[in-house]
Amino acid sequence: MDDFIVYALAAGVAVALVVGPLGSVVVWRRMAYFGDTLAHAALLGVALAIAAEQLPMTGVGLMGVFIAAVLFWLEKQRDLSTDTLLGILSHSALALGLIVLSVIQAQGFNINLMSYLFGDLLAVDRSDLLLMYGSVAFILLVFSQILSPLISISVNEELARVDGIAVEKIRFVFMILLALVIAVALKVVGILLITALLIIPAATARLYSKSPKQMVLVSILIAVMAVVIGLYASLNWDFPAGPAIVVAASLLFFVSRICVRKC
Amino acid sequence: MTDIDQLNSEMEPLLAAQQVGFVVRGKTILSDVSLQVMAKEIITLIGPNGAGKTSLIRILLGLSKASSGQVERKHDLRIGYVPQRIYVPDVMPLRVYDFMNVSSSYSLEQCEQTLDEVDCGYLMYSPMQNISGGEMQRVLLARALLKVPQLLVLDEPASGMDIIGQQALYETIRCVRDKHDCGILMVSHDLHLVMAQTDRVICLNTHVCCTGHPDDVSEHPEYIKLFGDALDGLALYSHVHDHEHDIHGDVITSEHSSGCNHKKEVH
Repeated sequence: MDDFIVYALAAGVAVALVVGPLGSVVVWRRMAYFGDTLAHAALLGVALAIAAEQLPMTGVGLMGVFIAAVLFWLEKQRDLSTDTLLGILSHSALALGLIVLSVIQAQGFNINLMSYLFGDLLAVDRSDLLLMYGSVAFILLVFSQILSPLISISVNEELARVDGIAVEKIRFVFMILLALVIAVALKVVGILLITALLIIPAATARLYSKSPKQMVLVSILIAVMAVVIGLYASLNWDFPAGPAIVVAASLLFFVSRICVRKC
Repeated sequence: MTDIDQLNSEMEPLLAAQQVGFVVRGKTILSDVSLQVMAKEIITLIGPNGAGKTSLIRILLGLSKASSGQVERKHDLRIGYVPQRIYVPDVMPLRVYDFMNVSSSYSLEQCEQTLDEVDCGYLMYSPMQNISGGEMQRVLLARALLKVPQLLVLDEPASGMDIIGQQALYETIRCVRDKHDCGILMVSHDLHLVMAQTDRVICLNTHVCCTGHPDDVSEHPEYIKLFGDALDGLALYSHVHDHEHDIHGDVITSEHSSGCNHKKEVH
């Protein structure tokens, strides 16, 4: 096997390891739109990072944390609903990102917009992998620490609060983890398709799970399957890798819907 | 702990509200509400819709912040909270067993035992989405009991149940209390069923209208002013039957039915 295939597979699996668990919580807490917002803001993060001559992943991570903080602050004001606030943040960030990108392109930076929008899995190299696996280990470590309180607040925030769980803190930590996941997944599926990878494996796993923790584990398995199938299709038929992975995930979703209903 | 220490700690209120006021967007929900909950005491909080019962409970639980006044909780007070109802999102796979273990983990036996106490042992592995309203209340109660609470707070636990279900639930609550010896603070609007087991009733309508033993409160002019009309409307209609009804309510004739004299039929 060629190196780049091994790297691509390793990178895909790294992403699968985190989108499964975090995606389950996104689905429970109806945070799909929040994921989308982080992804749109990621473009702004990339553009700023390139302008500052930093790693794009750093820019995406920091931008995600910033967006999470702004959202957190806006939500406290309570006169606008979360989806409205996200709509404002998401598109402002995207528009701003496109402006910054065009400004730095005019200054002579060479940026391939498509690779950020749809990912560039086959261009992953060894140093990318190291960074990805380091981040994945960190994300999973923190996630395993907050999984129980996350389940608790997903069931009912008030009961969780009476039980002494610091609801705000847990929510904020989760948002930051999500921002990191998007930074990790950027190179694999790109900005436009990250939310799909968060939601589809988790939604598929719902069918096969009886408990929340089971859903987390099953969704990892399904995400890994989607990565393997998508990558295989991409190499065999020359499909773009990111979209192929997402389509593979959707196929798994629809096939399980149809099969499990019949059984 | 010496005997005197123990006595002192039992005399100390579990929960005390002092002149609590609560204002939301200029509207006064609560004003100057003071109350104390002592260990092992059963208090029922009654009041008409919009009286601020739920707001007061939320403030006592620390879920909302009072606009004025203070709430003091005994150090390390363990509160078991039974909300009116919760909705578990369908997308979340959650069995009753998982639900009971969601904030801290308990052994299988503990969960089984506690569910049995509320007559819901058979629900252990049912998905939360599949259980009925009455079962949900019992599961919520069981979950609250797992913590071995010193104070159980119930917000209209029997809302939406028929009269038989309500009676059964209150009976369960009474058994549970006798066994666990915890204080109970309960919100209710069904006055008759609850009051029998209550030590003290607090009648709330933005402020505390009256408070005292159930018998005294039910004769208190403020109470009658608030609930008098409702009481008239709800009084059971006693009448002489000269016919019977089938389960659809249609009149049916029966040979031994004429002149049958029911009075105040309570099940």
